[in-house]
Amino acid sequence: MPDTRQTPIKVGIGTPLSRVDGVDKVTGQALYAAEYVVPGMLHGVIVSGRIAKGRIAVIDEAAARAVPGVAEVLTHRNRPHVAWRDSAHKDELSIPGDPFVALRDDRILFSGQPVALVLADSFEAARFAASLLDVTYEEEPHNVDFDLSLAEKTLPLWKRKSFHAPKSHGDADTAYAEADLRHEGEYRLATEHHNPMEMHASTVHWHGDGTITVYDKCQGAQGVRDFIASSFGFRSKDVRVVNAYVGGAFGSGLRPQYQVQLAVLAAKHLQRSVRVVMTRQQMFTHVHRPQAIYSIKLGAERTGKLTSMIHDATTSTSRFENNLEDVVTWGMINYACLNMRGEYTVAPRDTYTSSDMRAPGAATGMTLFEIAMDELAYKAKVDPLEFRLLNYSDEDAMNRQPFTSKALREAYREGAAAFGWQGRPIEPRQMRDGREMIGWGVATGIWDAQFSKTSARATLLADGRLEVASATADIGTGTYTVMTLVAADTLGIAPERITSRLGDSDLPTAPVEGGSWGAASTGAAVQLACRSVAERLLKAAAKVEGQPLAAASSIDDLVFADGRMALRADPGRSVAIIDAMQAAGLDRIEVEETAATGLRGLVSQARKSRKTHSAVFAEVRVDEELGQIRVTRIVSAIAAGRIINPKTSRSQILGGVVMGIGMALHEETLADLRLGRWMNHNYAEYHIPAHADIHDIEVIFVDEPDPEVTPLGVKGLGEIGIISVAGAIANAIFHATGQRHRSLPITLDKLVA
Amino acid sequence: MIRFDYARPADVAEALRDGADAQAAYLAGGTNLVDLLKENVARPTRVVDITRLPLSGIAEIEGGGLRLGALATNTRTAYDERVQADYPLLSSAILAGATAQLRNAATNGGNINQRTRCYYFYDVGTPCNKRSPGQGCAAIGGVTRIHAILGASHQCIATHPSDMAVGLAALEAQVRVAGPGGERVIPFGDYHRLPGDEPWRDTTLQPGELVTAIDLPPETFPTHYTYLKLRDRLSYAFALVSVAVALRLEAGRIAEARIALGGVAHKPWRRPEAEALLRGQEPARDLFGAAADALLSGAKGQGANDFKLPLARKAILRALEQAAAGTPQSQTDKRIA
Repeated sequence: MPDTRQTPIKVGIGTPLSRVDGVDKVTGQALYAAEYVVPGMLHGVIVSGRIAKGRIAVIDEAAARAVPGVAEVLTHRNRPHVAWRDSAHKDELSIPGDPFVALRDDRILFSGQPVALVLADSFEAARFAASLLDVTYEEEPHNVDFDLSLAEKTLPLWKRKSFHAPKSHGDADTAYAEADLRHEGEYRLATEHHNPMEMHASTVHWHGDGTITVYDKCQGAQGVRDFIASSFGFRSKDVRVVNAYVGGAFGSGLRPQYQVQLAVLAAKHLQRSVRVVMTRQQMFTHVHRPQAIYSIKLGAERTGKLTSMIHDATTSTSRFENNLEDVVTWGMINYACLNMRGEYTVAPRDTYTSSDMRAPGAATGMTLFEIAMDELAYKAKVDPLEFRLLNYSDEDAMNRQPFTSKALREAYREGAAAFGWQGRPIEPRQMRDGREMIGWGVATGIWDAQFSKTSARATLLADGRLEVASATADIGTGTYTVMTLVAADTLGIAPERITSRLGDSDLPTAPVEGGSWGAASTGAAVQLACRSVAERLLKAAAKVEGQPLAAASSIDDLVFADGRMALRADPGRSVAIIDAMQAAGLDRIEVEETAATGLRGLVSQARKSRKTHSAVFAEVRVDEELGQIRVTRIVSAIAAGRIINPKTSRSQILGGVVMGIGMALHEETLADLRLGRWMNHNYAEYHIPAHADIHDIEVIFVDEPDPEVTPLGVKGLGEIGIISVAGAIANAIFHATGQRHRSLPITLDKLVA
Repeated sequence: MIRFDYARPADVAEALRDGADAQAAYLAGGTNLVDLLKENVARPTRVVDITRLPLSGIAEIEGGGLRLGALATNTRTAYDERVQADYPLLSSAILAGATAQLRNAATNGGNINQRTRCYYFYDVGTPCNKRSPGQGCAAIGGVTRIHAILGASHQCIATHPSDMAVGLAALEAQVRVAGPGGERVIPFGDYHRLPGDEPWRDTTLQPGELVTAIDLPPETFPTHYTYLKLRDRLSYAFALVSVAVALRLEAGRIAEARIALGGVAHKPWRRPEAEALLRGQEPARDLFGAAADALLSGAKGQGANDFKLPLARKAILRALEQAAAGTPQSQTDKRIA
C-alpha cells in the first residue's frame, strides 16, 4: 500500500487516503458527546433497576437528596410531561410495539432499566447520591430464558419496514424426503452486546430561549432531533443535535438511546444544561443482537446439487417491541435450488428489545447457514468451495431476479488463490503441526447494497478552499474521508484544501448512518453538489481572458485536477479554479444537492437484486486436548462494487473480520435466568478478541464494476466484513478436528467436555 | 462510589495509624480497588494511599532468597534479572496476567490482595455473601462458568483471580506483614483462605495490617517449571484453569515437586499428597495422571463450570510435561507448547 502521508497530486476515488480526522482523534481534538463542557451544566447519574419485571413500590430519596450539591432526583413521579401517545416516541428506525420511554411510569420491563436520574453540580456528588437511592420493588415472574420463550414464538402482524418475508418455491418437503443426500441440523447463536468503545452519552445545552443543543452519541443526528421534538414537545427547529464524532456504534446508536431521553427530561425539568453518560455496565442494559436458533434441512442430488432447503429460525425480542430481522432469506437468495421454504418467528423475553447489530440478520442467518452447507458438502464428499460453486446462482434465487452485479465467483477464485486453498485434503483431521490440528474452512457472505436519499452542500471559496457538508455520521467508518475523496475527485482539489463537515442536524438532510448505505449515499450527494459547483465554475471561466475553455459545452468536457480545469481534448488549455472565481468576481460558490433514486433507479430497484458478496477463508489451529483454538489466517475476498478509499475500506473489513472472530470464539452475554439479568456486563468478562487472538488477515477487493447499483457504483462495506467469518471458522474447526460445532461461540468448554 | 477520607502517609508507621480503622482501605496501583469503588462494591470510609511508602525495592535476602517490595510493580518484578534467572516461574505467572498496561500500574502487594471476579460480587444488584455478609450467594445455581470446583462452601463459590499468587504458592513464598502488633511472616499457603462460613475474608490479614514485602525462598527452580494458563481469550482474561509447576530433577528423577492450580478455588490450590506422589519418580504420563487425580480429589462442578474438571486434569498433565521437559509455556508466543 502506498505511503499516503505524501499526498499525490491527483487524489480521488480509489486513492488510499489516511483518515482526514485521524490527527484530531489521536490528539484529543475530536470531541465526543460526553466531552462537551457547557457552563452551569449538571451531571446526571443513572440509577439502574435490580429486577427484571414488576413495579417500583417505593423510592426513598431522602439520603440522596441530603448530599450537598444534589439538584434533583428525577423519577417517574416527578418527571416533566412526555407525550402520552406511543407514536410520539417512534424514531426513524422504530420497531413495531410500544417504544421504551424512560421514567414513563412505575412498570419495570427489563433488568437494569433506568429508575431514576440523580442530578448534581458535580459528577462525584451525583454518583455518590445515586449510590444512596433506596428503591423497593414489587416483583413479578419473568422469563429471559430463550428456550422457554420459544413456546411463545410468533410472526407478528406488524412488521418492521426493513423486514423481508421469506418466499417459498416448489415443494421443499417432498423434495427433501426424496433427496439422495439429506442434512438436518439445529444451529444457535448466543446473545451479543454491541459494546462500542464510547459509552452512550448526551450533553444537553439549555440555551434558555426555548432552544437546545444536544451533543449525543448516535448514528443519526436528525433522527434524534425529530425524536426529541415529538417526545418532549419541542419544535424541530429549536433542537440541534450534534454527533460530530462517534466512538463506534455497530448499530447501538441507530435508535435514540435512553440516556438522551433522561438528559432532555432533566434539562426540561430543571431548565438547565445536563450531561448524562452511561457506565460500561449500563451499556449491557439496552440494545443487543438477538439470541437465535435456526433449524435447517438440506436435500441434494448425489453430486451435491441442492434440491431442497427448509429454513426455520427464531430470534429473541422483548415483550414490548417486535424486532424482526432478515435471518433465513440470505441462503435462499444465494443458492440455486428449485424447492425452498422459509419460516421465521420471534420469541419474547423480559429484556430490552434486541435490535440491529452489525449485519443484523445476515451475521446470524448466513453465518449459521454456511455451517449447514459445509455439513452437506462433507456428506456429498465434495470440496466445500467446489460445493458452493456447484450450487452457485447467477440470479437472486429467492426473488427470482437478476443481480445488478455479482462477482462472488471472482471472490471465491481470488480468495482461494491468496489463501492457497488448492490441495486442501477433503477429509477432516488430515493436517497437524505438533500438538495442533490444522483445518481450513470457507464460507460465503451476502448483504444488501443499499442507497438512501441524501443531501449535501458544497461551498467553494475564492481562495480555492472547499467545504462539503451533510448531516450524516462518521461512526468510525471513514465518512469524513469518503466525502473528502469524492470532492477531491470531482473538483480536482487537494484533500488538505477540503473540509468535510457532518454529524450536525443543521446540515443538509441525511438518513441515519447504518445498513452500509453511508458511503454510497453521502458520496453520491457530495458528488452531485460538487458537479453543480463545477458547472458554475465553467460559467465563471468564460470571464477569463482569452476564454481557454470556450470549447467545453459541459463539465464532462473538462478534467479537474491540481486545482485547475482543463479541456479533456486539449489539456494545454486550462484555467485555475481561483482564476475563474476572480474573473467572475465570486467570493464563494455554494450549492446544495440531493441524491435520490430517480425513475430509472426505481425501475431497477423493482427488477433487480442488489447485493454485496464475500468469500471468507479461515485457517485454525486447535489444541484438542486443551480446547485451544487459534485463528491463524483469514482471507476475506469482497465483491462490493467500487471502492472509494481502499485504505479505510480495508480497515472496515479488518474490523468486521475481528468481530467475526469474536462471534466465532468469544462473544456471549450470559444471563442469570433466576434474576433475569445479564451477568458478565463489563469488558473484563464479556470477551471480544484481544490482539493476541488476531493473526494474519488479508483483505481482497475484487473488481466489480456496477454503474447500476448506486450512482457512484458503490455498494457499501459496513456489514459485509463480519458476515460468515464465524461460519468459515466453525467449518475450519471441523476440518481440523472432525468435531462439528453448531452453537456459537465455540468456547473451550465445548471442545473439552 | 461513596465519599471517603484520603490519607497519604510517608512511612509504614504512619500508614498503620491511618489504616487502623476497620473501614480503611490501602491504595497502591489501584487497578482493582478503584474498579471496586466505582461499582460500589468497596465502600471504605478512608482510602490510605501508600504509594509514597519506601516499599518498592527488590533486594537479595541475606542467606538466600529475594525480597519483593509490596510496592514494586508487577512489570518491574517480572523483568527483574534475578527473578528471571532464579524464579522464572514467577516471572511467567505475572506476565500471564492482565495486560502490559495493568501490570505497569499493579503492585505485588495489590496483586495478591485483589478480589474475586465473581460476576455477582461485582454487581450490587445481586446478593453476595462476600460483599455483604448474610445476603446469600446468588452465584450458586446461577452463571458459574468462572467459579470454583475445589474448596467452595455453601456460602461462596468464588475463585481467586491472581496468576502471580499461583506462582508464589508453588514457590512457597512468604508474606511479610506489618501491623499494630508488629511484624509477622505468613507462609504463602496460609495467606489466602477458603471461604467457609466467612467468605468476606479473602486472606488471613488482620484489620489494619499491611503487606510490606513478599519473600522468595532460597530454593530456585530455574529450569523445570511452567505456568500454563487456559482462558477464554489469549490476553486480558482471567484463568479458567491455570497450573504452576516447579520441579527439581536429579539424575532423571523428580527430587522436588510443586504444583499449584489457579482459577479453581478461593486460593491457589495445592495438595501435599499430589506432590509427594511425584518425588523420587521418573517423569511419566501415568505418574502425572495420578498426581493430577490426587490434586483434584474432591473436585465438584457447579453446572456451567463442570468442564473445569476434565480441563484441569488435562492442563495439569500438559504442565507437568512442559516442566519435566524444560520447555516452559511462553507468555509471548501464545501457542501452547
